[in-house]
Order: sequence, then structure tokens, then C-alpha cells
Amino acid sequence: MHASADEFPRAGRGLLDVSDLRTQFRTPRGVVTAVDGVSLSLQRGRTLGLVGESGCGKSVLSRSIMGLLPPTATRTGEITFQGERLDLLGDDAMRSYWGVQVSMVFQDPMTSLNPVMKIGRQILEPLEVHTDLDKAAARETAVNLLRSVHIPEPERRLKQYPHELSGGMRQRVVIAIALACGPQLVFADEPTTALDVTVQAQILDLLDEQQRERDMAMVLVSHDLGVVAGRTHEIAVMYAGQIVEIAPTTTLFSEVRMPYTEALLKAVPRLENASHSRLQVIGGRPPDLASPPPGCRFAPRCPYAQARCHTEMPPLVEADTPGHFYRCWFPVGTDAGREALERNVAAKVPQAEAAVTGQLTVEAG
Amino acid sequence: MAGTGTAHLRSADDVLLRVEHLVVDFPSAGGQKVSAVADLSLDVAEGETLGLVGESGCGKSTAARAIMQLPAPTSGTVLFEGRELTAMRGEQLRKLRPRLQIVFQDPISSLNPRRRVADIVGAPLKVWKQGNDAERRARVDEALETVGLDPSVARDKRPHEFSGGQCQRISIARALVLEPKVVICDEPVSALDVSVQAQILNLLEDLKQQYGLTLIFITHDLAVVKNVSDRVAVMYLGKLCEVADPDRLYAAPAHPYSAALLSAIPVPDPSVRASASGLVPGDLPSPLAPPSGCRFRTRCPRAEERCALEQPQVREVADGQFVACHFPLVGDVAPPADAEVAEATVS
Amino acid sequence: MPEADDLDLEAAHRGSINPVSTLEPTDTAQVVEHEPLTMRQQRARLGIGGKLAIAWLAFVTLAAVLAPVLPLDDPNQSVTSIVRQGPGTDGHLLGGDALGRDILSRMVWGGRASLLLAFSSVLLGLVVGGMFGLVAGYLRGRTDRVLTVGFDTLLSFPQIILAVTLVTVFASQQGTSTTRRMVVLILSLGVVSIPVLARITRANTLMWSEREFVQAARAMGARTTSIMVREVLPNVLPAMFSIALLGVAVVIVAEGGLSILGVGVLLPTPSWGNVLAEGRADLRAAPHIVLIPTVVIFLTVLSLNYLGDIVRARFDVRESAL
Repeated sequence: MHASADEFPRAGRGLLDVSDLRTQFRTPRGVVTAVDGVSLSLQRGRTLGLVGESGCGKSVLSRSIMGLLPPTATRTGEITFQGERLDLLGDDAMRSYWGVQVSMVFQDPMTSLNPVMKIGRQILEPLEVHTDLDKAAARETAVNLLRSVHIPEPERRLKQYPHELSGGMRQRVVIAIALACGPQLVFADEPTTALDVTVQAQILDLLDEQQRERDMAMVLVSHDLGVVAGRTHEIAVMYAGQIVEIAPTTTLFSEVRMPYTEALLKAVPRLENASHSRLQVIGGRPPDLASPPPGCRFAPRCPYAQARCHTEMPPLVEADTPGHFYRCWFPVGTDAGREALERNVAAKVPQAEAAVTGQLTVEAG
Repeated sequence: MAGTGTAHLRSADDVLLRVEHLVVDFPSAGGQKVSAVADLSLDVAEGETLGLVGESGCGKSTAARAIMQLPAPTSGTVLFEGRELTAMRGEQLRKLRPRLQIVFQDPISSLNPRRRVADIVGAPLKVWKQGNDAERRARVDEALETVGLDPSVARDKRPHEFSGGQCQRISIARALVLEPKVVICDEPVSALDVSVQAQILNLLEDLKQQYGLTLIFITHDLAVVKNVSDRVAVMYLGKLCEVADPDRLYAAPAHPYSAALLSAIPVPDPSVRASASGLVPGDLPSPLAPPSGCRFRTRCPRAEERCALEQPQVREVADGQFVACHFPLVGDVAPPADAEVAEATVS
Repeated sequence: MPEADDLDLEAAHRGSINPVSTLEPTDTAQVVEHEPLTMRQQRARLGIGGKLAIAWLAFVTLAAVLAPVLPLDDPNQSVTSIVRQGPGTDGHLLGGDALGRDILSRMVWGGRASLLLAFSSVLLGLVVGGMFGLVAGYLRGRTDRVLTVGFDTLLSFPQIILAVTLVTVFASQQGTSTTRRMVVLILSLGVVSIPVLARITRANTLMWSEREFVQAARAMGARTTSIMVREVLPNVLPAMFSIALLGVAVVIVAEGGLSILGVGVLLPTPSWGNVLAEGRADLRAAPHIVLIPTVVIFLTVLSLNYLGDIVRARFDVRESAL
């Protein structure tokens, strides 16, 4: 019942084309499918936002594309980057891509920098491995890199250790390292989650600026729709290992189709709402990825769900706006969706009531 | 900021909790000390939710713990129901503990992994030897039901069998079981997914109504704090910047730092772009050597010479809006310090 | 780094991080909703090595405990026909030693002495060291500094020299009883395990005391002793047991060393160590006398180490599920 790759039309050959990617982990509880049939395409100079809650597979997806998976994982599907099939390459061949063509900015700058190595060494390392710059030139490049990520006094920073820098500065260093060899594609995996709001805005601005200046493609992974809203061309919403809605950013917010996306948007407290206004809640929990439900994976929590949703998995279909795809039988903003919700409210289905009143009845522990 | 003063405090008779000139120092390397909280004054009326907002290092969590005397502050007074907590020791203080409870940020770290839920929630009753086994059981069940967990399912399980949101519900049940007056919520939703966050925020609102709780809600998330608070206090580097009711604060922030924080919030709307433009680029200064005068001045776009020389005092710039800033975005420029002193002596 | 800064920074990090930064789906939220592994599944995880280790330890312990009722020869009775004879001679399963005593019997009775010595001295370390470690780690400050200096001082005594000295001074005079020698050995080896266990307990207590449930217990008004015993101790025990098992292994080996120096368990009472020590003289003529206790000690130590790992891993399951 998986939506096959063909259902997701690709906009020609992009910089990166992923088709029907599936990543599974062997665990004591059985095989967990963390990424289940994901297809996407990314052009040079574009930013894709990847949004979802904990465990939806967004981090695993970016690591699967990069080929940075632990040995317990298996990966199937096609990954084409600049016409090259990355999924067929082993670790040795991938090494010439990592850091050079594709690189990654991790969530926590505390742990992604080596605490016992000076900043300078950590920036110079990729330069020395992947380029044939001599010592002086490499150092010069490193200083320029630090300057380009707006780190004051770059020469002095080279001699410092990560703990001597603030969280925001550290993340700038991480970004400088990721950009060192001029990659075509950068994955930013929750790059600002560990940072304060004011610092977050600065780091997002920096990523934005670098992406435009270098004409790179970027995948911005976040759990926060607010973070991706103003910074991406396109957003993919993931739930339980699948892309459930993907659309150009403005379209996603103005023409939500997938009830899960709608629920995520309504659950966030908004500044424009008055104090003490009630938030919409999503009852229940994401399904167990070792044995996902047969139908739509969101059905058990969905205020719109009908009988069909529990048995038949909806395919990814295109909406009115080109490039907007969603996975739902009773989409939001359509007559079918409205009727479904009314039926559920009338029948006092708990999820529907929760969505309407924000009240959640006793959970089954 | 980032200043000091008590102009924003209401009459001691109208409030449940009143904190005056709270200072918390920590020893630091080389015999230095860091003032994590430096002369903070706050008050909370009964049944009110005070939102305490600020970025990491602003001292909001430290202040909350000092209010609970965990550990006691270096100096300052905490008046709770007219009694001075800061003057109490040992048994006297212990006897008051049930009246003030706390819910922590990390739902997993705040529950003992080796104990069953019924034990965890019932522990406070055991400590205070309230009721017999059957009564305690009934009260634990009631507390679990109140937070939306089915006691028959939950009571014999251990924390690791629950999701983060459910663990947070258990923490809340534990805080409520002694029927406290004040509950301090220290970033209770920061570790949770948005959908779960909404559940917990709604739950806290319901409980507040149901039990007439007074809440101190600490968070770095301005949108969350707006949703739950009756009054918001913004902190920076151990000092108070602004106190106001949330609708006013968000509509017209008076302190440049409040404004910067507000503009930096990422909003799920592609037409609004969060920006760091309200701030002078640069880092949070080290709390070891805080800037003179107003502590915010090194990052403040409105800073002038006066800000380095003179620490701003909290004053009312609009109805119910108090700010510690010489050049606020709302209201007039602060009168010169001398005039203020003169005025104070006259009154 | 100033402590104040740490507090808030750390909180900020822990907090805003989406719990699923890690790759393995075992860390994700939805895993939590599953039933914990049943006992049967956990046992299955022991693996063949774990089962063998447990079986071997059960076997030697049982044999030692049941020594008086087992149909064995008197361990001190000499039979001329089996002097230095290899395994199997005249129905003596493991042969005889230089005095014609049945080695099987001496090994079983020797296990009684060796295991009693090892477990008792580590138990001493566990109780005393655990208590001090818990107090030091929980109270911190001056108490911690004083106790830590104490542990370090104890730790700097060379174990064997300390034991040799104590035994020589207190339990090697003419007419010293076997019991007296045993008690002195237990005390002297126990003293050495106290600081090791105290340090492990202290380190773990420090870690667990940071956890917010400890703060919550304080906030609800629980008393210090009750927090240490009810909230912290149960979480620290697995690490303590895991190290204690290694400690038992170390003491078994140490007893062998002491026997060779002539200050082990008092002869003629057998222990694994003194069977080995006595056999050294006949290493060429009758290697089995040395070989048998060596193999038994080797297997026991190996099993104990293995079991120590399992204890830790098994209790860590609780944490990793979080």
C-alpha cells in the first residue's frame, strides 16, 4: 500500500533527486521503518524545509541521503546527486562527497565540535584533506570563512577552543566548517534548536545569506514551522516516516490540505492571539513504526478520519496549485473534508472534539 | 534592563508572594562570584499567572529556585502569605514546602526511573504522613485523573513506559497532590513536541481554574508565555527589564530588549520573517563582568552614554506597564537620577 | 565556567532540544509506548556467554556451600597411592597433591574459603564504601572534600603489602586460629575495596543527585536521609554491584597472591590460592596440581567480569528506553 515513486512527479532532474527512499533499522522489537518511501527533488539555490515532530523520520531522512547511517540500518531507493547515484556508493567513495559536495550542520554545537581541538585545527582539517591549498593559503581561507560567518577577530578565534565561545559563535564555527569546501548541498539539522531566540534569528539569517551567496541547495530540518516559514522555498511535512504534505512555502500556509499540517499549525501558541486562548491539541501519539497502521498513519489521531482512512493508505496527490502534494482522503478546505469533520463532531469522536474544544479526555496510559 | 527598583510591586496585602531585592551569587573559578540574579523584585497575586521570560543565562530558573529556597538566595526577602521564607530554617521551612511546588522542564529527568507512578505521585503524601494507605491511594488516583491519565493503567507503570508529555502530566500530578498554593513551572513545555505542548498548556490552564492555583511560569518562549500569563516579567542577565500585562507588552513593548525578543520569534507565517534586527550584533556579556549601568546597553540599539553611567530604575511608563530603561519605546525618557532621588525623598 | 552560567545554559540545551536528535529509532518518543521487555526477552538477551557465566558461578558456589554434605574425601586425609597422581587415579576425579590429598575435595572446600573471603570483603566494601560514597556525593561541599581525601588515602595503600602487614602483625603468631586469619584477611582486603566502591558510588550519586526528581523530592519536603536512600540509592546500586562483582574477582586473585607469599588462608585449611601455592613445588612432576586451581580461578574471574557487564547493561536498559 505504499505510494510508489511514480506517484510523485519530479520536476525534472534537480541537483538532488531522491526516489522511493526507505530506511529501516533492526531493533529488538523488530524492523522499524523510519523513512518509508520518500521522494523529493531539490534544485540548486533552493531551500527545502523538512518539518515534523520527534520520531517522524526527518533526521533519519537527511542522514540517509548523506549515507551517514549506523550499521543497523538498511537503505533502499535511488539517490541521485548531480547525476551520480549516491545510493550505489560505499563509504570510501562517499568520502569524496562528504564535506566537499554535501555537508551537514548539526543541532548541538556543543557536541558537533571536538572540545579538545582548537577551532583553527577543526576548520583547517577539511581544507587540508579535500583541497591542495598550502598551509598559508589554507589558513587564509579559514580566516575568510570565519569572517564570512561574521565571527569577530577571526585570527584570534583560530587559536581558541570551542568552550571559549558562546553557543551562537560555536554554531557559526560549525557552519564555517560545513561551508569550508564549498558544498553544493547543505543539510541543516535543527541548526538553531539548542540556541536562544535572538541567536536563532541571527543563525537563520546567516544560513540564508550564505545559501544565496553561494547558490547552494539547502535542506532545513526543524520541528518548528515558525523556523522554516520565512526561510524556505518549499516545505515537506513528515509524519511517521512519510511525507504527508509538500508544497511551495506560501501555498502550504495558505492552502493546507493535510489535517496533520493543520493540527500542527493550530497547536502552536500565536502572538496575535489573546492571552489564555485555548490551543488545539492533537490527541494520541504517532504510531509504532515497527507496525504502522494499514491505512493513513495519521488516521488514529485525525479529527477528519473516516472508515476508509483506517484501511486504505491515501497516495500523495497533487492539489490545485502545481507542486502542492498531500496524502489525505478528506483534505482540509474541501467539501469532503468539511463533511467528514462535521460527521465526526456530531458523532462525538474524541479527536474531533479535541480539535474543536482543545479538551482532551483521559488518555489510555 | 535591566535595572532595579520596586516601583512595579503592588501593596503587600494584595499579593500572595512578594520577592524583594533578590540576589543569588554563585562562586566561580578564581574566587570570583557571579550574580545570576542581581536585585530582582517581583510579586504575584493570588490566582494570577506570572510569566518570567528571558534567554538562557538571564537567571530566571535560578530566581525561581531561590524563591523556593532551593537553595536559599544570597540576600533579599521572599514573603509568602505574609511570612518571610528567607528568615526560616530547617523544620519551619520544611513544613511550608507543600504550599510551594515546582514542575521541571525535563519530564524524564524529573521522575525517578526506578519507582512506579503511584509511588512517585504518592511520595509527597508519604513524606507528610497524610491519610492511610487507602486514602493515599484515592488521592493519587484523583491526581492522576485530574491530569488526564487513567489511574488503573498508569499507577503500576514506571516512567520509561510513558511518552514525554505523559511524564510531564505525572510531574504535574505529583506537584498537585499536596494541594499547593503556588506552582512554579520551569520551562514545563520546552522539551515537548508542539502537539503535546498544547495539551500541557491547556491542562495547566484548566488546573489553574479548578484549584485556584497561582502559577509562576518560566519560559524562553514568548508565544507560550503570552498564552498563559496574566502578567509578564522580562529578564536579562539577572535583572528585570519590563513588567506588564501580556497584551500590552506584546502590542507595545517598552524595553528595547522586549522588542528585540518579540521580533526574533519565528512565526509560522511566511510573510513574517523573524529577525535579529532589534539587537546590536554581539554576544551576551559574561555575567562575571556585567556591563556598568544598564546591563543591556552593549546590545541595545538605543544605548547612550547615560546608560553606561546610571542603572535604570523600574518606573511606570503606561498604565500597568513598568520598565527599567532610560530611553524606553513607550513613555518619556527617564528623569535624571537626581530628580528621582529628590522626588523619592519628598514622597 | 561560572556555575550560574552552566545552570541555565545546560537547562536551555536540554530543553529546547527536540528529543530525537539521535539516529537510532530506539530513542524516539514512540518507542516509549511499548511494553518493557518481559523477563523472558531479557533473559534471551543474556546470550550464551552470560548463561555460561551464571552456570559456572552457580556451580562453584553451590559446590562450596554444599561441601559438608557432598560425598567427598576428607580434604586433609593423605592417601599414599595418589601422591602426585593425575586426574582419574583410583577414582579420584582430579587426582592427588604432593601429600596424597584428594584435589577435588580440596578445591571444593577451598572454594568455600576463597569465595567466603572474596564475597565478605567486598560486602564490607560495598556497605561501608557505599555509605560514605552516597553521603559524599549527595552532601558535597566540605563533607565530600574530607571523605574524598579519606578515600584517596586508603586507595594509595598497596593492597598486597597492606594485607601482608596486617596478617603478619595480627594473624601469624603461633597458635593463630584459621578463623582469626580469615577475619584479618577479610578486613584487610575489605579495607582496600572500600575506597574503590566509595568512589564509584560517589560519582554515580553526583550524577543522579543532579536529576530533577531529587530536586522535586526536596521541594516536597522530604528529608535528606530519605532522599538519599529512596531516590538516589536505587539508581546507584547497579553501578555499585557491577563494580562489586569485579571486586570479588580481584580478591580471589589477590588471595592466590597472598597464599604464594605464605599469608593466605591458614593451612591446612584449603583455599584455591593455597592449593595453587602448594602445587608450585611440583610444577614439573605434577603440573595438574597447579593447573586445576588456575583454571578454576580463571573461569570464575572471567564469569564475574562478564556478569558485572551484564548487570550494568541490564539495568541500563531502563535508562536507554527513556
